[in-house]
Amino acid sequence: MTPGDTFEDTACQDVVELITDYLGATLSAEQTAAIEAHLDECDGCKAYLDQVRATIGLLASMPSEALSDQTFATLMRAFKEQR
Amino acid sequence: VLVADGEFVARLRAGDQSAFAAMVREWSPVMLRVARAHVRSSASAEDVVQEAWIGVIRGLSGFEGRSQLRTWVFRILVNVSRRRGRLEAPKQAELEGPTVDPDRFRPASDPEYPRHWRDESAPVAWGPELALMAGEARAALAAGLLELSECQRAVVELRDVHDLRSEEVCELLDLTPGNQRLLLHRGRARLRTILERTIQ
Repeated sequence: MTPGDTFEDTACQDVVELITDYLGATLSAEQTAAIEAHLDECDGCKAYLDQVRATIGLLASMPSEALSDQTFATLMRAFKEQR
Repeated sequence: VLVADGEFVARLRAGDQSAFAAMVREWSPVMLRVARAHVRSSASAEDVVQEAWIGVIRGLSGFEGRSQLRTWVFRILVNVSRRRGRLEAPKQAELEGPTVDPDRFRPASDPEYPRHWRDESAPVAWGPELALMAGEARAALAAGLLELSECQRAVVELRDVHDLRSEEVCELLDLTPGNQRLLLHRGRARLRTILERTIQ
């Protein structure tokens, strides 16, 4: 996209495709400035960005798998025997 | 959080069981996630992780600390994973096309605001709904993750559930930086859409 200086110049349809790069801080300074200028004026994109952030926040709280007790015990035994 | 510094390595080498237990507890969840991307089933992933840890135990005395301990452990894991399974390459459909339904935007020919949200379909802030529906949202997210391809799910989970850096994910899943970024971007967007439907 070629982001412009104002809300009208930067299309929402382009903003949503740059959200991950924006959050990862991998955009150029110009692109970042254009996105931020747009976000200041666009409730839809602001909500979209907040929702992506909320999605990431929820993902961070998802449970993850752990080793079974049996495998853990096997590994502890192997460690003891090796030392 | 485990600090795997030189002192920690010395404890492992000296046979400190509590140090080894702490390391296995801390790193196995992310290792299981990586292994599953290679071998698909949870049972096989557990075998792979076990084999990797056995390799770590055997190699500890030769570990010279040229790389970080975690990097070294993960490299052993990737070697075992590669030998025991095969990574699914990302599909073209996962890498291209818009992430938001184009009908939600005004057409390019719109005289006022081309390709901006249509008034009636612009996203609306979730507000307190999100907290009120956290249980439903988490269940929808868990189901949504299962709908993603193995490769895409692995990227999203490693980045956002396990908080790995993009460089690490590229190395563990053998992805180019560009594809890693696209899989993450598109995976997050899809999960956001699923949450939007659940909450509104």
